[in-house]
Amino acid sequence: MSRVLQTEGGAISVEALHMTMRFGDFTALDDVSINIPAGSFHALLGENGAGKSTLVKCIMGFYHATSGELLVAGHEAFMSDPKVAQSLGLGMVYQHFTLVPSLTAAENLVISRTDTPAVIDWRKERDALDAFMATMPFVVPLDQPVSRLAAGEKQKLEIIKQLYLGNRFLILDEPTSVLTPAEADEVLGHVRALTTAGKITVLMITHKFREVTAFADDVSILRRGRYVGGGSVADLSVAQMSSAMMGEAPVASKRIRETTEKQPLLTLHGVKAQDRTGLKNIEIDSVTLHSGEILGIAGISGNGQMELMEVLTGQRRRDSGEITVNGTPYGATRAEARTHQIRYLPEEPLRNACAPRMSVAENLAFRMFDTGRDGRPSFWKDGRAIARNAAELIGAFQVKTSSPAARIAALSGGNVQRAVLGRELTGDVRALIISNPCFGLDFAAVSAIRDRLIEARNRGTAILLISEDLDEIMELSDRILVMSEGRIAFETPIATADVAEIGRHMAGHS
Amino acid sequence: MEPVEIGLWGVPLAILGGAIRVSTPFIFVSLGECLTERSGRINLGLEGTLVFGAMSGYAIAFETGNPFAGVLAAALAGACFGVLHGWICKFKGVNDIAVGIAMMLLGMGLAFFFGKPYIQPQAPDLPAIALGWWSDIPQVRAALQVNVLFIAGGLLAVAMAWMFRTTRIGLIVRVVGDSTDAARAMGLNPDLVRLLATAAGGALAGVGGAYLSLYYPGSWTEGISSGQGLMAIALVIFARWNPINCFWAALLFGGAGALGPALQSVGISQGYYLFFAAPYVLTLGLLILTSSPDRAMQGAPLELSLTK
Repeated sequence: MSRVLQTEGGAISVEALHMTMRFGDFTALDDVSINIPAGSFHALLGENGAGKSTLVKCIMGFYHATSGELLVAGHEAFMSDPKVAQSLGLGMVYQHFTLVPSLTAAENLVISRTDTPAVIDWRKERDALDAFMATMPFVVPLDQPVSRLAAGEKQKLEIIKQLYLGNRFLILDEPTSVLTPAEADEVLGHVRALTTAGKITVLMITHKFREVTAFADDVSILRRGRYVGGGSVADLSVAQMSSAMMGEAPVASKRIRETTEKQPLLTLHGVKAQDRTGLKNIEIDSVTLHSGEILGIAGISGNGQMELMEVLTGQRRRDSGEITVNGTPYGATRAEARTHQIRYLPEEPLRNACAPRMSVAENLAFRMFDTGRDGRPSFWKDGRAIARNAAELIGAFQVKTSSPAARIAALSGGNVQRAVLGRELTGDVRALIISNPCFGLDFAAVSAIRDRLIEARNRGTAILLISEDLDEIMELSDRILVMSEGRIAFETPIATADVAEIGRHMAGHS
Repeated sequence: MEPVEIGLWGVPLAILGGAIRVSTPFIFVSLGECLTERSGRINLGLEGTLVFGAMSGYAIAFETGNPFAGVLAAALAGACFGVLHGWICKFKGVNDIAVGIAMMLLGMGLAFFFGKPYIQPQAPDLPAIALGWWSDIPQVRAALQVNVLFIAGGLLAVAMAWMFRTTRIGLIVRVVGDSTDAARAMGLNPDLVRLLATAAGGALAGVGGAYLSLYYPGSWTEGISSGQGLMAIALVIFARWNPINCFWAALLFGGAGALGPALQSVGISQGYYLFFAAPYVLTLGLLILTSSPDRAMQGAPLELSLTK
């Protein structure tokens, strides 16, 4: 392997030697060594909990490794503090944005510098920023508060921030999880160009093989805290990488789509509502959801999908228009949802569909705790029925929890998602409205959730799937709608769906 | 000088004069709270700080014979209360609102305890600037007797708005108030920033208290504040965490407070007590009018336990 320590463009190398990290009895990282030459694009693959984050946190100085050494540009470095990593030119782009929401992009950039002057001369800073932005491959509006930017723009701004700070070794933590395929290719393409030019070295944490094969030079694969394979991407096949990552090749479940009877169930007519900024509207002219179909709504995040979901769940007031279910007006109250058997799985279920500090069993009982055995409202809580319900769902949906009495907030993301899905799919369900059900989950969890959705569809449930992951939409949907600028911009049945065409409509060009 | 009969003109004039006179403590306390809340913490203890500032300012002014020494002492005492609040809140699991209520009771209790000997003696007043020199009408002159602290408060509001926009310290306070994680990632110490912001906020509230005892009403009594510190905290929300708005909100509140006495002075005494409720009714009405069921509170610092 070539040992370039520093390129002319300024990129620096990083080498981790025999890194071990223990938390009490638990070994999160076990003797892992990786070498990232200057100017290369290195991918770090692994399932959730494989130790990827632990490794990069040790590199960045957030954790102090139990043992092991770190060489930055060939010199030994002691990362006692994140500031040390920064001073050496190491920067990290987190999966969860670290931009300050109410500050503008320009303010975010200037304040993140270590040498921000006590009094900021905004005219001078703006000139300097404009000059800097002219050298950047992407454009981000500088005067908007960050809270108004779309996810893709925030991601670009995070990367720009690292370059603005002069960092020459960037760690990207699943940088594309909130981007559309086109956006992801654009961002990674530019990052790749920066590495080829020798300006930066990149270590990217990812789940996605496509990104590894398309952009990375080398790959390291971790499983359960151990280094289990890697090398030059050119020498490895996707099958080899996935078997190293998962231990064995994943059982690709064959999802059989049965023909189902399609009856109109839920219709939206001229629905208008304010978006979260209060400045724009979302307007849905006419959408009909049929039983036994999965209707996918694709779109770049921030184009009104979140607001549509909130209108459907009753979290957002609609200004005009009507929603009908089986011909009767629907206002998304608990009583109406129960009568019509409509269930929801909003995105970030821990926040939107759970009481985080209540137990798993209690959270699983949200659909049944207030009705007795005869279906009438009950006054007393039936602890035994709640326990029985919890035991059934935990078993059926393979929710990994220490006990039904554990707080649901203590569960991992995938387990919360499975638990809520289980709760929402119990009993007769005529319609299920879901948003980004697989956001941030690992392969096994994604596969299990998608199996459940197809099963429900085959039983005749109508499913409205709002997702920012176009692959997911293409895989599951019977019919696809594209949302752009708060409107339905395009509709196509799956049989004639073309990813490029959908992508164009997502981006607002038709 | 004999009062000149100016009829109903007396009402707006009295309201203006009242606004300037009554609003000053509101300006200082709300600016102090604005700074503290922008850093992501609520200090409900400012009512106690205000009362203690009034007592300590009066006592030191009496002992030294210099009202400005009193103001300085009140600021120092307020900063001490702020530091104590900020230091307690740094511990895990401590709720800033509960600590604030405790600090409020502590401040009032200490002020009453140490203030007993100062209820009788007369301390020197803060000087006022006669901005009404151009007029012959005594009512105009009376209304335009502007205290130096009022002017200082106005300048402070502008300075604070400028600070939030164009200085490193201002941006750091906003970063900490908006995202503790982002602040940590930048290598800032959120607890320290909040401690300092709470201390500075406490100092300002102390100055507001000194104004009460050293200018208007101008003496130290136990009932000197009657909840003005708490109202000022509500004004910050009303002003949407903007220092300039804090100034106007305080002025509006002070003006509405002067409505009752002003009407009484021209002989309208019916429903007299209702007019004393005017500031509260006005604030409530404006809050309802400017709120929206669809939007989250604009401008609220995201780390505030109120908005979380």
